Amino acid sequence: MTPAWLAGERREALQGWLLVLPALLFLTAFTYWPTLETAWASLHTAAVPGHPSRFAPLFEFKSLARDPVFWQVLRNNFYYALALIPATMALALAMALAVNGRIPGRAVLRLAYFTPTVLPMIAVANIWLFFFTPGYGLVDKLLAPFGFGSWNWLGESSTALFAVIVIAVWKQAGFYMIFYLAALQSLPVELAEAAELEGSSRVNYLRRVVWPLLMPTTLFVFVNAVIDAFRLVDQIVVLTHGGPDNATAILLYYVYQVGFQYFDAHYASALTMVLLALLGLLAWFQFAVLGRRVHYR
Amino acid sequence: MRHLRLETVGAWLLGVMWILPLAWAVWSAIHPPSSTQSFGLFSPVTLRNFATAWSMAPFGRSMVNTVVLVSMVLAAQFVLCTPAAFAFARLKFPGRDILFGVVLIQLMVAPEVLMVENYRTIGKLDLVNSLFGIALPYLGSAFGIFLLRQAFRTVPEELDAAARIEGLSLRQRIWKLYLPLARPTYVAYGLVLVSFHWNNFLWPLVITNSVGVRPITVQLAMFSTTDQGTNWSIITAATLLSTAPLVIAFLLFQRQFVQSFMRARAQ
Repeated sequence: MTPAWLAGERREALQGWLLVLPALLFLTAFTYWPTLETAWASLHTAAVPGHPSRFAPLFEFKSLARDPVFWQVLRNNFYYALALIPATMALALAMALAVNGRIPGRAVLRLAYFTPTVLPMIAVANIWLFFFTPGYGLVDKLLAPFGFGSWNWLGESSTALFAVIVIAVWKQAGFYMIFYLAALQSLPVELAEAAELEGSSRVNYLRRVVWPLLMPTTLFVFVNAVIDAFRLVDQIVVLTHGGPDNATAILLYYVYQVGFQYFDAHYASALTMVLLALLGLLAWFQFAVLGRRVHYR
Repeated sequence: MRHLRLETVGAWLLGVMWILPLAWAVWSAIHPPSSTQSFGLFSPVTLRNFATAWSMAPFGRSMVNTVVLVSMVLAAQFVLCTPAAFAFARLKFPGRDILFGVVLIQLMVAPEVLMVENYRTIGKLDLVNSLFGIALPYLGSAFGIFLLRQAFRTVPEELDAAARIEGLSLRQRIWKLYLPLARPTYVAYGLVLVSFHWNNFLWPLVITNSVGVRPITVQLAMFSTTDQGTNWSIITAATLLSTAPLVIAFLLFQRQFVQSFMRARAQ
């Protein structure tokens, strides 16, 4: 039986902690602790024979600031986000509006839009690699009638980033569509009827009624799209290796490259800290600026 | 009426752009390599490419690895996240709300972001190049805890109180009341989790270094880049093979999949 000192509130408190503990242990071991370790490592120099690691808080960050590749990577990631986020969000909304309405072949369309979501990025990359092949790839073939010649989309630094963005957009748009679709379906039918009675145009109805009501969904999708803009690198790893001339290297890819191909763990730690800082900024934006509008009750 | 037609045309144009790559992949995989670039309608259909791809690399082995990996993550996450979610949803304990806030941080920081440190940790545990090593960083999941907590909170408190009066223990209450009522959420969470881990690539790539433990995505990437040159028929056949189980499951349970993704993220 439960001893007297362990009854009521005390008992519940103990139960609570015991139930949370196993999951917390794993989260600590692979998220919180490594975050602290990364911070710690980034403040130290790498140990080389004869020179043990020493505390030099600015050392790695100074070399970061001097590293032109780092700035290029940051710029790439900025463009990647700037193109990927609005493009996927706009397409997702358009898709959701399309399959939410009475449109011929609705089920087929919904399936088509959503299918890339269940495919691995590696498979998607393989398929698009063919499309972007210079000369006989589909993209070149489609552009040929307009006077464009053969072009190595993934191999030229002027278009490679654009090409990997196209692939990411194609893969992600259908995923975000789902959230817009869920939101659209939860809108009361009376709203559309009232708008029709009042004789307001469809464009007006979408802009004045639907768009404001979708705002929480838009914010939610936005936060996820930003996370994805830092996270989606698989197609870059297999198709361009960050090249040519680092044209497609984004932050997470550079971490991978520095950590696992140049084996410079301390420099990779400093890079990871930059990535964590950016994600932290996003978290702050979500919780402080958006507040309770994206519901985490 | 006119704008509706315009919308239909637009939607289908978009649809074609989304179907075309998939259609091409299937077309290319079932035709001899020589006819990949000329889309003749009456080119002979063949299944040879699948057999060739299958025999050229240990896809079977990788598929088994992926299945084991996904099952491991699924089972562990259910076991770890269920009690934590219950505690956050229904028990009062000091530090609960702060702790929950700390847990939510992990929604932002995917394990891949910390791959350099996690690689060291897995190294210290001597689990590099093992299925368990791939799975470990994903076993605790803020996403799972958050999702199940939401589901548990919708269970009426009166039901819980009644169960307590009847003398059900904590374990019995979770097992007999909360689990059955949260079933749809478990299905949703499970489907999202399976498709995420079936498709996961970067972490398995860095933590594995031999054929025996590679999951299917890593195997496919190796196959397409090193073994193959540009034999498109073989590559697309391999691509379809490696995604087949998930895609077939998706086509069969399309409704559940779509609803699950809605439920999992749109709460």
